[in-house]
Amino acid sequence: MSRKLLLEHINVPGINTLEVYRQKGGYRAVEKALKTLTPEEIVEEVKKSGLRGRGGAGFPTGMKWSFLAKPEGVARYLVCNADESEPGTFKDRYLMTYIPHALIEGMIVSSFALGAHVSYIYVRGEMMPQIRILERAIAEAKAAGWLGKNILGSGYDLELYVQPGGGAYICGEETALLESLEGKRGNPRIKPPFPAIAGLYGCPTVVNNVESIAAVVPIINDGGDEYAKIGIGRSTGTKLISASGNLVKPGVYEIELGLPVEEFIYSDEYCGGIANGKRLKATVAGGSSVPVLPANLTLKYANGEPRLMSYESLSEGGFATGTMMGSGGFIAFDEDQCIVRNTWNFARFYHHESCGQCSPCREGTGWMEKILHKIEHGHGTMDDVDLLWDVQRKIEGNTICPLGDAAAWPVASAIRHFRDEFEWHIKEPVKSQQQNYGLANYATPIEKAPVTEEK
Amino acid sequence: MLKVEEQTPVTFSSELLAKFDDIKSRYPEGKQKSALLPLLHLVQAEFLWVPTSAMDQVAAYLNIQPIEVYEVATFYTMYFLKPQGKYALEVCRTGPCCLVGAEKILSHLETKLGVKEGEVTADGLFSFRGVECLAACGFGPVLQISPEYTFYENLTTDSVDKLIEDLTSKK
Repeated sequence: MSRKLLLEHINVPGINTLEVYRQKGGYRAVEKALKTLTPEEIVEEVKKSGLRGRGGAGFPTGMKWSFLAKPEGVARYLVCNADESEPGTFKDRYLMTYIPHALIEGMIVSSFALGAHVSYIYVRGEMMPQIRILERAIAEAKAAGWLGKNILGSGYDLELYVQPGGGAYICGEETALLESLEGKRGNPRIKPPFPAIAGLYGCPTVVNNVESIAAVVPIINDGGDEYAKIGIGRSTGTKLISASGNLVKPGVYEIELGLPVEEFIYSDEYCGGIANGKRLKATVAGGSSVPVLPANLTLKYANGEPRLMSYESLSEGGFATGTMMGSGGFIAFDEDQCIVRNTWNFARFYHHESCGQCSPCREGTGWMEKILHKIEHGHGTMDDVDLLWDVQRKIEGNTICPLGDAAAWPVASAIRHFRDEFEWHIKEPVKSQQQNYGLANYATPIEKAPVTEEK
Repeated sequence: MLKVEEQTPVTFSSELLAKFDDIKSRYPEGKQKSALLPLLHLVQAEFLWVPTSAMDQVAAYLNIQPIEVYEVATFYTMYFLKPQGKYALEVCRTGPCCLVGAEKILSHLETKLGVKEGEVTADGLFSFRGVECLAACGFGPVLQISPEYTFYENLTTDSVDKLIEDLTSKK
């Protein structure tokens, strides 16, 4: 059994209430932080922990905190990004549903560390049930004196509010989120200035993912050094993985970073293998934006070594043979799934969610969707595959925010690894409407790269 | 162009306005525009859609221009700009849900309700549409029903039938 820091008490009845959460040791981190630590010491612990942002980018949280500008007499804000919308990712919803106080406790400690006196949790609008859960939990915490004026007699004041979004994937991008929180369309801002200098209402702001903020609780309880002992290399601690697709046991799992991918997919402690006795064809390891990988490259590097669930290991090989940790949305495709159809589906998603601000993304995502629709429905020509490649190349890196890259990468990786399947749709326009391409050779073990002996 | 039905005049009750006041108090002085998205959700929960007359009143309440409300209401997908069924069913149609049969659920709903995506049934009870990822990929296919946004997970055609029957008998 691997260590659980966030989901240890997930199955305790009533853990969503303050009373039970407290019995299980909840709010110890608030007591420790407010009574014995200075804000600077908390930032230092988070830095020592090596915690990396759990929303997708993987930027070190402690470093992000240390960039926060602290001009005299200007309010500072902490905003929690709970706009979880990345296809394949549902860990934050799970955490907020079952242990809302873990997020609230993390928000109190983090707000204290950053010197924020008003903090917001921006929850995607579709999660109205979770918004109701959080508001109830905040009311409980406030009634018990964990929020409000002069918390625990420390002289520190904090108000915590839940803000609903309106149903827009783009608001998961931190500057779009801030625009939305200001009551505007979710158009990402040009950076710099970064939110740490000019964020919400032009004030210094830190935006952190739900899981990152919840992870601050065990870091303060046990110390940053203890947290850093878990995991592997620069991927410290535990990570929530949302597993979906054709798996025996899809769901949310807390893993110690460094777990072999093969163990995650096939062991009974985690996903329990591929559903209905089928074979694995491909995976998207970190949410829809990261490159799709065929089964063989998912389980092993090109040189045959096993791939691990960590930031570094998942990206081993770059985009040629690797992928990314992203937000930890692990999607498995069995042998009956069509890569072209799924790529079209994702392209439609990005087209739908593009905010329309930058031309390469606004127009390019639409073009990609149309070309993929054409190929998937048996009307494609060989030129279309090259056109598709060309369009995605022109989106990547040419937009204000990373949504453009996120739209381009799934298309690029699908062509890179599954070009045969695209060409088959074009050469067999009738057959491809009646059956799938199947597994082909994607799951066969890849040959080991020749090893040159060191002299 | 706004159609006539979109200009349906509505009146805000004092209870609704009290909720508005509570939300507005969450933001610093002068930053009341932040209340816009939550206020539009409250309007939709009350009227089941967001008529233009309501948007104009929200603008007046927040002391902002009506266009600032329109541009937000049209940008975000959750706000209904025309009347929906009493139960507006929204089925996730993104990748992971499609791997486990979301497309079947959508076509089943079309047959079962006898209306196309976006249309309202004759009795005014139901409408449905496909929406993008609802962040419940491990429990797909999923649908949510506004205005409460209750989630229904691991859908099958049978469970959808039962859901429709339950809601119909509840009225």
